Amino acid sequence: MPDDLFRLTVHEAASLLRQRQVSSVELTKAAFERIGVVEGKINAFITLTEDRALAQAARADEMIAAGRGTALTGIPAAIKDVISTKGVRTTAGSKILEPFVPVYDANVITLLDEAGFVMVGKTNQDEFAMGSSGENSAYGATHNPWALDRVPGGSSAGSAAAVSSGMSYYALGTDTGGSVRQPAALSGVVGLKPTYGRVSRFGLIAFGSSLDQIGPFGRSVRDVATVFQAIAGPDQRDSTSAPVEVPDFAPSMGEDIKGVRVGVPREYFVEGMDSDVRESVLAAIRQLESLGANVDTEVRLPSTGHAVSVYYIIAPSEASANLARFDGVKYGFSYQVGSSMWENMERTRQFGFGEEVKRRIMLGTYALSAGYYDAYYLKAQKVRTLIRREFDEAFKDHDVLVAPVAPTPAFKIGEKTDDPLQMYLNDVCTIPVSIAGLPAISVPCGFATAPDGARLPIGLQIIARPFDEAMLFRVAHAYEQATSWHNEFPPL
Amino acid sequence: MSLTPDEVRHIALLARLGLTDDDVARFSGQLSNILEYFEELRQVDVEGVPPTAYPLDLHNVMRADEPEPSSDAEDVLKNAPQREGEFFRVRAILEE
Repeated sequence: MPDDLFRLTVHEAASLLRQRQVSSVELTKAAFERIGVVEGKINAFITLTEDRALAQAARADEMIAAGRGTALTGIPAAIKDVISTKGVRTTAGSKILEPFVPVYDANVITLLDEAGFVMVGKTNQDEFAMGSSGENSAYGATHNPWALDRVPGGSSAGSAAAVSSGMSYYALGTDTGGSVRQPAALSGVVGLKPTYGRVSRFGLIAFGSSLDQIGPFGRSVRDVATVFQAIAGPDQRDSTSAPVEVPDFAPSMGEDIKGVRVGVPREYFVEGMDSDVRESVLAAIRQLESLGANVDTEVRLPSTGHAVSVYYIIAPSEASANLARFDGVKYGFSYQVGSSMWENMERTRQFGFGEEVKRRIMLGTYALSAGYYDAYYLKAQKVRTLIRREFDEAFKDHDVLVAPVAPTPAFKIGEKTDDPLQMYLNDVCTIPVSIAGLPAISVPCGFATAPDGARLPIGLQIIARPFDEAMLFRVAHAYEQATSWHNEFPPL
Repeated sequence: MSLTPDEVRHIALLARLGLTDDDVARFSGQLSNILEYFEELRQVDVEGVPPTAYPLDLHNVMRADEPEPSSDAEDVLKNAPQREGEFFRVRAILEE
């Protein structure tokens, strides 16, 4: 049995499980040992579920012994706390859900359960998935495993940090405007945002319903593809789940990329971009070219510059409606000593929601209010159409588009919290893809050196046509195999 | 585009969100700043462009209407901040 079990990929761990060189109980104990060593520095989890995990692992070992094991059976995972888990507290990173215990599992959890699921815990996140740094959590900020004084990215901060630091083999996060891709990039792991409609949202606590998608984190492209294979597909409990067949993704990995048409949209190389990020992404593009891809650097997506406005009108509008349900009556934190029902409701929301959530509820309520609807919400929806059309046009002659994930590597905790607009502008490279509902993956493509000497991961974003995740895995895997970035572990 | 403190209070009322005077002052500045940034959308010509509500082209998705067991009422009520027997207890909503 290898010494550092926590460093294994899902693929490697599954192979050891199959050969009976290790048991799921041993893998799970190794994960908790690692959690004991590093979680105090990182704060990736809101709730740890060790007893439950060991019971699940014992069940998984039985499945494997009975020959019923699959690629994910018995492999410890971490789940973002915005995904409902029956009988396990689910807070969405908010004080308003501090005591909430779901009465049903999200569809993704049901699917993983069938595959022999082991959950080490529920991960920390920006409250209701609103944020790009992990700092907007009622349970304290998550720290970047590569530089503990920096953010791991957000909103799926804990999921990215848990995988990056070896506390879980894979994790689920959610991506509304970049919340899987950006923390994957800043924490040095692989992260997938599936096509909108590909993964059921049943049991996902809603933020922006026309944008939200659940997506996996892993330490290799193959691992991410394996998890995605298990959670993708139509679900009759989500009316926006697409009735589209899910192909077998295994053949995509190992296929060469000769002749694949790669477009580079120049609008994504924004002003103020970090020079190490620019150089690493350009080097990755040259790498793709040397692997036989046809690279076109003349792609134009002229409406990209409007995406931040469109997103920060549409997502808060949807959020203001979705978060109306938190009224202190049926579950969660409840203020009860006011003078009236209305005062109790207003105080429940005042004390239950954090600063960023309040800001977005206010923004969305304003954008939808009488007299402003046409100027903000309707206008944003029309520009959304323009952004989609430009992608459609670009995908007529290209198989994938490649771009940075974020304009800078991980920033310091506290550096951007005073200026919400600056924080929003940081999402410029991931938001357009979300608006168009496209699939995209973030893969490690290098490191930046910070002025204080910290070595900070950089991510390459690969974007494909709707429902063509197979192409993402093909290109990302070919790139990964030709480079060694994904093998690096943070010096914890 | 700027939001006055009174407008901020009005939006908070619509959203049933309690705010302190400090919150009102801070949000007035921050939201004005963000709305000012949104002004850049004015220059975009959307004449004749239809709005997009969802990225998918799906409408009125139906499933078979078959009875299934519901969640256990006792499990659901375990989350209730205040309960009375099989009910959620709330403050009177009709004022005298």
